[in-house]
Amino acid sequence: MSKRPPAILALEDGTIWHGEGFGRIGDTTGEIVFNTSMTGYQEILTDPSYHGQIVTMTQPHIGNYGTTPEDDESNQVWAAGLVIRQLSPVVSNWRSRQSLSDYMAERNVVGITDVDTRALVRHIRTHGAMRSAISSSDPNPERLIALARASRDMNDLDLAQEVTCAEPYRWTEGKTWWTPADEALPAPDKYHVVAYDFGIKRNILRLLAARGCHVTIVPAHTTAAQVMALAPDGIFLSNGPGDPAAVTYAIDNVRQLLGQKPMFGICLGHQIMGLALGGETFKMKFGHRGGNQPVQVEASGSVQISAHNHGFAIDADTLPADVVSSHTNLNDQVCEGLDAPGYNAFSVQYHPESSPGPHDSDELFDRFITLLARS
Amino acid sequence: MPKRTDIHSILIIGSGPIVIGQACEFDYSGAQACKVLRREGYRTILVNSNPATIMTDPDLADATYVEPLTVDILEKIIALEKPDALLPTVGGQTALNLSVDLKEAGILDKHGVEMIGASLDAIKIAEDRSKFKEAMIKANVPVPVSHFVYTLEEARSKADEIGFPILCRASRTMGGSGGGVSYSWDDFDDVIDRGLRASPISEILIERSLLGWKEYELEVMRDRANNFVVVCSIENIDPMGVHTGDSVTVAPAYTLTDKEYQHQRDLAKTVMEVVGVETGGSNVQFAVNPETGFTIVIEMNPRVSRSSALASKATGFPIAKIAALLAVGYTLDEIPNDITRETPASFEPSIDYCVVKMPRWAFEKFPGADPVLGPQMKSVGEVMAIGRTFQESLNKAIRGLDIGIDGFYSEMVATDPGDISIPTSDRLFRIGKALASGVTATEVAAITGCDIWFIEQMAGILEIETEIRERKTLAAIDYPLMRKAKRSGFSDKVIGKLVGEDEMAVRAYRKSLDLIPVYYRVDTCAAEFEAHTPYLYSTYEMHDEAQPTDKKKVIILGGGPNRIGQGLEFDYCCVQACWALSDLGYETIMINCNPETVSTDYDTADRLYFEPLTLEDVLNVIDLEQPEGVIVQFGGQTPLNLSKGLMEAGVPIWGTPADSIDLAEDRGRFGELLQELGVDHPAWGLAFSREDALAIADDIGYPVLVRPSFVLGGRAMAIAYDEASLVTFFQDAIEAAAAVSGHDKNPVLIDQFIEDAYEVDVDAVCDGERVVLAGVMQHIEQAGIHSGDSACVLPPYKISQYHLSVMRRYCEKLGRALQVKGLMNVQFAIKDDVVYVIEVNPRASRTVPYVSKATGVRVAQIAAKAQAGLTLDELGLTVMPDVDGFFVKEVVLPFNKLPGADTRLGPEMRSTGEVMGHAAHFGHAYAKSQLATGNDMPTEGNVLITVNDFDKSAILRLGRELHGMGFHLYATAGTAAAFEKIGVSTTLVARFSDTDSTAKNTVDVISSGEIDLIINTPLGQQAQSDGHHLRAAAIKHKIPLLTTLSAAQAAVNGIRALRKTDLTVRSLQAHHKSMSGIN
Repeated sequence: MSKRPPAILALEDGTIWHGEGFGRIGDTTGEIVFNTSMTGYQEILTDPSYHGQIVTMTQPHIGNYGTTPEDDESNQVWAAGLVIRQLSPVVSNWRSRQSLSDYMAERNVVGITDVDTRALVRHIRTHGAMRSAISSSDPNPERLIALARASRDMNDLDLAQEVTCAEPYRWTEGKTWWTPADEALPAPDKYHVVAYDFGIKRNILRLLAARGCHVTIVPAHTTAAQVMALAPDGIFLSNGPGDPAAVTYAIDNVRQLLGQKPMFGICLGHQIMGLALGGETFKMKFGHRGGNQPVQVEASGSVQISAHNHGFAIDADTLPADVVSSHTNLNDQVCEGLDAPGYNAFSVQYHPESSPGPHDSDELFDRFITLLARS
Repeated sequence: MPKRTDIHSILIIGSGPIVIGQACEFDYSGAQACKVLRREGYRTILVNSNPATIMTDPDLADATYVEPLTVDILEKIIALEKPDALLPTVGGQTALNLSVDLKEAGILDKHGVEMIGASLDAIKIAEDRSKFKEAMIKANVPVPVSHFVYTLEEARSKADEIGFPILCRASRTMGGSGGGVSYSWDDFDDVIDRGLRASPISEILIERSLLGWKEYELEVMRDRANNFVVVCSIENIDPMGVHTGDSVTVAPAYTLTDKEYQHQRDLAKTVMEVVGVETGGSNVQFAVNPETGFTIVIEMNPRVSRSSALASKATGFPIAKIAALLAVGYTLDEIPNDITRETPASFEPSIDYCVVKMPRWAFEKFPGADPVLGPQMKSVGEVMAIGRTFQESLNKAIRGLDIGIDGFYSEMVATDPGDISIPTSDRLFRIGKALASGVTATEVAAITGCDIWFIEQMAGILEIETEIRERKTLAAIDYPLMRKAKRSGFSDKVIGKLVGEDEMAVRAYRKSLDLIPVYYRVDTCAAEFEAHTPYLYSTYEMHDEAQPTDKKKVIILGGGPNRIGQGLEFDYCCVQACWALSDLGYETIMINCNPETVSTDYDTADRLYFEPLTLEDVLNVIDLEQPEGVIVQFGGQTPLNLSKGLMEAGVPIWGTPADSIDLAEDRGRFGELLQELGVDHPAWGLAFSREDALAIADDIGYPVLVRPSFVLGGRAMAIAYDEASLVTFFQDAIEAAAAVSGHDKNPVLIDQFIEDAYEVDVDAVCDGERVVLAGVMQHIEQAGIHSGDSACVLPPYKISQYHLSVMRRYCEKLGRALQVKGLMNVQFAIKDDVVYVIEVNPRASRTVPYVSKATGVRVAQIAAKAQAGLTLDELGLTVMPDVDGFFVKEVVLPFNKLPGADTRLGPEMRSTGEVMGHAAHFGHAYAKSQLATGNDMPTEGNVLITVNDFDKSAILRLGRELHGMGFHLYATAGTAAAFEKIGVSTTLVARFSDTDSTAKNTVDVISSGEIDLIINTPLGQQAQSDGHHLRAAAIKHKIPLLTTLSAAQAAVNGIRALRKTDLTVRSLQAHHKSMSGIN
């Protein structure tokens, strides 16, 4: 442990947080956010929605079970950095292939450990998400504060274009997420779904595939006409990073596609759908990031424990009359889902694909399949 | 869905006496349920036979019945109270089983009582192993596969389905003989053949061996809208094979990926649905193959449990309270989270710290008991520690155990580590020794089956130890190293030991480096929302969250982990003190580390510090809070042992001066005081050496009572009848005192033992001036049996007014001389018209809750207020409270859980819990007390009598009485001859060791079921083989056993009363109301 270099995390408000570097030794900048999931750091790092963000994990022990390729949610680490309290000195899990530090070093991701993460989280909770910088190579406070302040502001930024795929492709990998038992028999491909990649997670694709969808993933800029030319049975709008209001081209395309084919959106996809339907979005103080958030399904009153990762949300009061706010976060009453029956479309702000997180909201994928079957 | 308005009154069943495996966690859960249901406007009716509980405080329920937990008694209560509903899930297995019995006997239906919180079907599926397995297999939930087979061929045909390694258990064999493990086809036939031959009915059970698999537990809740949450995940450090109650456990689970964790969560959800738990909390246990991740559900409990109490304390999510609300119809989203206030209970706590639970055992009290841990739980208590990291929490947990080990370091055990593959109570310490002596973490993990993650963390602690040792002096430990050590949980004491300094020197140096702990909040949400409840733990981080107030405040020190001699009774006193001082307008601050208790409910005190009860940890809180006073008197010996150090540090200790506590403990000073006061006491001497001891004993005359100083519960106390036994006991006493004090210079007390005396316990309250007796309790057993193990009765039924007034006068003298402010317990022995003072404890005693419940006077509350400066006059307690009828306290012993342990009672306390029986007549009260411990007094049948020579003459009268009531007597030769002389015929039985006799022996007749009651009085200290076998057989076959003549006399009284009239029930409230009519 003593071999680790000293490192510093600086926030744009001038606060300095000391620790030790791991992963890649160097500098990084990003918006500082925190996640309260106690497991799933690898899925979080590889979730494109964290592009441009430095993630603080609230559980102090991170890296315990190492990393394994099958838990990657995309083909790279998107988070700009990782802040933790104690990097595990050892890896213990039968599936592990590589330690977290080596995994991050190989993928050029800077980490800082031995930070009082609870104090940091309370700071973020009080002062809101903000720009930050980490250095484990030249931990000079003044330089880092300046670096944080000079880094780009996430507000009004279209980050989806930075994480989306370059070319359309077909999903051909596994159809179920990992289970230690035998994999379920693959369902036959019954529906063709075109999925907009604003930063899509693999588990969304696996869940669609497991329900008999063959999925074509298309870049964020794909036009409505190009999508329709693929003759989809349904359209999926993925999760992704950044300010939804800045993704104007996607909002336009979605507006054109609404009502043509059944549509399902998640996270950024949900916000884009909401904007396309005429609603407005706002930036939250520090967002929801964790695997323990209670979401009430308005129709049934039941509560699902769900995985969240969003810094923006739809203002339910701005929705037009034919769009229903279908899900509500019980912690702060934020709108977590939309239902636009007139358009055969629905969306949720949170992550029914979990990974990481509980599987309580799997049913939303079934609901999409029902829509596909009906039309 | 709002709460139900169709039910108005709810019956809650408690868990009865504290036994191994069912302890005060159910006082916590039951008290929570009582409080919250009452607050919701329901009339609550509580039944629990255990008077030491906080839940049976008459303020907590509308009607409180301290009555035996039997179907008959419950039916009487139901008939009287006519409750609308029964909540069976907060009183452990006892309440659950009793509720099932009530339902199946048709009693609930007859009286129109609805079972809420769990249905009969759900309980049956969860509790019946074969039904459970069947239901799980149907729902595709993997469970351990097992089959009964009768031939080798049959076994072979099942082997593939089960999978190797296969565990073979032979049916109807003793102590596991014929059992074995087959690892492959190579040894399969041999193992199976051996098993089949060992079984008298050629039946074996073969199942997948899960030895070495990792063990996990999820604490979950479900409401009637099918909302499901996981409150906490728990990982056992000890692999499968050790009962989870005996395992060191950690929360949250650390070595599962999200995929694996969510898989367990999904399984738990399915289990809840399949079992049919509609509302409430449950736990689901898993075994995970460390090689493949394959996960099996081991069992589930459809009720709150020990681990749900742990999970509640570990997360701040009060499972029992919420389970009670769910049972009356609320859904999780309708219940607010007390800690954040803004968010609902329908969420899953996220914890940003590490929780370690460690069990506490009492093997030192049970010579002969098998110390190897296995599927039968053996620990008597537990400690929980919260820190930011595992290392910090582990160190805090170890020092919280209060066993003289101040943290994880290389010298936790003196001897070599031994075979660390064998799980014992000290295995963790032996692992430390093994690591320190060069065994690698990988090797340790392989040998023990403990996950490498934990072992590597332990090795990391030892690396820091080495770094500190290398510095050699305290001054050479620089800030970075000191910070690292403190952040890893090193105590000042251990750091001191490594560099040859005392604890206070390290403390001063550490503070000079500006290294003091901060306090972080347990907030259920990893700081996502603001926490409004000051539930705190210390850690060496940056930004303190304690936010101490400037109110007038008092700190109450709790008792730490439960152990024999220091348990629930002391928690009762601490909680009462909190309530009383809150009444007086103080902010109350609790420090304790026992997760099972009510005192560590964040609802009890205004502020809760979940911290080990060590001088360092307590002083840290005091430094921050600056209280007006600290109360050490209510938590038992653990806080009392801190009083000297606290006083030296200038802490204002309330109540009896610390010097008086020391005086009462110091036999030399105490003896002088008694002489000065003119109080009779047994002759005594202080022995520093074996020679001293022998000389003193010669002087006093045998028998003598040998006891170490500064120990609890009569640890290593024994009666020596001769020189040989004196020498042995002297050595035991030296070792026991050294274990507490850390050195072997403590004197051993040699007291004259007053044989054949009556013993009396008195609890008194003093305000520094006036001394008022609160309760006088006469022991039913003769002197020589530890007061904590003796049944007793209040009021005394065989003591003259003269003796009472002598005792009162002595108490007054002692109370004043010791300047007692608060509680005082005095033990007397009465023989031949002389009243001897045996012992004075200027602190809360085990009998305080029992006295309070019998008299209706809140003794502990009055004492706490006296400590705050009020006079007894102001508090309205000026005369000894009257008692209506008789209240008998009986104890519960753990012998059935500790195979091999000798079962005879003596001066060392060994009971785990107590019950109370009350009635207008002594006989009925005694019968109830026996019934409550599970000894149903027979009103007819056969009595086996075998007594020592001293008791032969006295037994004749009792035997004749029993004979007269129609009982038939069985007796061994000497006793039988004595009966013959007075014309009472007996059936002759042989002694167990008498192999020549043609008559059946004592064990045979007990085993064959002929005997309904046994009177056996052993003599001498060493376990005599005959008596030992007899008592073991009695315990095994659950036959009431009386080992003293006075208990036998009481039993005969009880039997006579039972034959005349049936038992009746009465609530404490009704009782106290009638009392206030008398007074």
